[in-house]
Amino acid sequence: MSAMERARDPSRVRALLETIDREATQPWTIMEVCGGQTHAIVRFGLSEQLSERVELLHGPGCPVCVTPIEMIDRAHAIALDPSVILCSYGDMLRVPGSDGDLLSCRARGADVRIVYSPLDALALARKNPTRQVVFFAVGFETTAPANAMAVQAAARERRDNFSVLSSHVLVPPSLASIMQTPGCRVNAFLGPGHVCTVMGTSQYEAISRIFRVPIAIAGFEPVDLLEGVLAAVRQLEQKQAKVEITYDNAVRREGNALAKKTLEDVFEVCDRKWRGVGLLPKSGLRLRPEYHRFDAERRFEVGASRAAESPLCMSGHVLRGIKKPTDCPAFGKQCTPDMPLGATMVSSEGACAAYFRFGRRELGGAA
Amino acid sequence: MTNDAFGACPTPLGRYDRIVLGHGSGGTLSAALVKEIFLAAFDDPTLAALEDQATLAPPPAGHRLAVTTDAFVVSPAEFPGGDIGVLAVAGTVNDLVVGGARPRYLTASFILEEGTPIDLVRRITASMASTSRHAGVAVVAGDTKVVERGKGDGIFVSTTGVGFVPPGRDLSASRARPGDRVLVSGTLGDHGIAIMCAREGLELETTLQSDVAPLGSLVEAMLEASPNIRCMRDPTRGGLASALTEIAEASRVGAKLDEAPIPLKREVRAACEVLGLDPLYVACEGRLVAIVPPEDADATLRAMRAHELGRDAAIVGTIVDTHAGRVSMRAAVGGERFVMRLSGEQLPRIC
Repeated sequence: MSAMERARDPSRVRALLETIDREATQPWTIMEVCGGQTHAIVRFGLSEQLSERVELLHGPGCPVCVTPIEMIDRAHAIALDPSVILCSYGDMLRVPGSDGDLLSCRARGADVRIVYSPLDALALARKNPTRQVVFFAVGFETTAPANAMAVQAAARERRDNFSVLSSHVLVPPSLASIMQTPGCRVNAFLGPGHVCTVMGTSQYEAISRIFRVPIAIAGFEPVDLLEGVLAAVRQLEQKQAKVEITYDNAVRREGNALAKKTLEDVFEVCDRKWRGVGLLPKSGLRLRPEYHRFDAERRFEVGASRAAESPLCMSGHVLRGIKKPTDCPAFGKQCTPDMPLGATMVSSEGACAAYFRFGRRELGGAA
Repeated sequence: MTNDAFGACPTPLGRYDRIVLGHGSGGTLSAALVKEIFLAAFDDPTLAALEDQATLAPPPAGHRLAVTTDAFVVSPAEFPGGDIGVLAVAGTVNDLVVGGARPRYLTASFILEEGTPIDLVRRITASMASTSRHAGVAVVAGDTKVVERGKGDGIFVSTTGVGFVPPGRDLSASRARPGDRVLVSGTLGDHGIAIMCAREGLELETTLQSDVAPLGSLVEAMLEASPNIRCMRDPTRGGLASALTEIAEASRVGAKLDEAPIPLKREVRAACEVLGLDPLYVACEGRLVAIVPPEDADATLRAMRAHELGRDAAIVGTIVDTHAGRVSMRAAVGGERFVMRLSGEQLPRIC
């Protein structure tokens, strides 16, 4: 049995579901932080199989979804500069800005390309010395070190045709904000396994302590997720609140020292607006002054954006776990993956897209 | 005209190793391209007559005529397990055979970009010729256009296929009935993932080969085992999910898939995990999905597995009288979900 087969082993999944059902003596609400976790939970139909006393709420952990519309508009304006090759991850291309998405920019003549790594964008810059290559860098702490590495490499090569449009966000401030939101129903978190693989768990220990909330750092496969749920339920039943690593084949308490060092060399913490949520202090990453020459926002003069959000979209409530996608009157009607009103319907890790794609509405998964 | 003759006698074509605009001018270069590459490879008397049209014998009495057309723009043009030539023949032939037709004739149009290596055109034409011979179709008409550099992507091929449907065969997407079984002829997604791995910028090294193949002989074996097969589709763009949704919509029934028996190669499963793709939506070019009455399912499966193109065939689902027009799937870990139609997934061009 491969590692993936073990992590999806139906008999282990069944055993975990039974144990959770046995041990949960009262209703608990657990939020999975990461969009990848949401996607897996919906894809494998885990919430329907869980004990009726355990409700899963979907968290803010989709970096594509929380990228502010102003930043997307900026990317569009840069992409439409004929000297520019704009690169980003595939998901980013369909996120609506004020005026269409990057695919419609491409149809209007912009050179927009999908890459799978920032180093591929840097390679494009080497291959196209007469063009300006801009990497639209979105993501949490997981993708930031690779972007930092690309900037370091560009600096070493003294490359003057590579820059990044940085829209990195940090997980811990969003968790603190959720715990402080009036009406917050979160009893425990499933922590973001991949973010913690990079950053370690110390910031989560602080959140757990301050808000007295259990955090189980979990993985992304059915068995990993349910082991996280079980750990959270056990803490809740025993009135504990601590950080527990249930994704222990990937996460160490101290994180990845080299990745953290690379990240800190290139980026510094800044305030950042989250789409649908608002400005969160110290929740983003921007390039340090010594790397400003690789900052696309400084390299390209871009005017102010109209920042026109659809008034129907309630993705901000979905991202904070206050509403479920199916609570939104526009869900599946005015808003579908083909005609998304907000980013949670676009990204494959967005809660609305996951609900739509896997037909949660009709299978009775709506809360 | 043989290749020996080409080697012995320098011609206008021989001066160029790449396509130039003149190859589409209708003049001597065009004539040389047609003669030395297309006529030589396809070796068909109707084509070689160089009339403006192919004049063909009508189908035997009681047979119906089946026609289909398709354009092929795959990039890269050559990929592990095939090339755009094999694809252009197999794709169109498969659209005929899944309707029960026996493929007979093919036409081919080429749009060549200025600068395309002539050797590439030659290799692709040779693939088309050998695949058509294998599939039992004659290439009877063709056309070539050349577009300026930058206005195309090397080579685009468009093919139209004509086949004869024998009397008594009635396969249609509207014929699925509750209780019918859903069969697939082999592993899913090999073609789509092989193409993605062959593309520049994605350093995933696999030995995975495209599944591209003409399926006529497999279909004939299946129809011999069960003349009552309701319908077949080849799950190309949009994969099994889309093919099955189309059947469910046309027949106004639901389809229920079972994840566990769906045949998938380990490499495809792993690449899909890495790339964030769902194999249910990844294209195949040498597989089919069949809806078979329950009493015929085992015999059909045996016939498929006895054929070299159906060795990994499996029963993967059932037609149901609930959720009409929709496909659901029971996950191996127990949960059930709907399988929606593809909506703008970030897949590169794969067919």
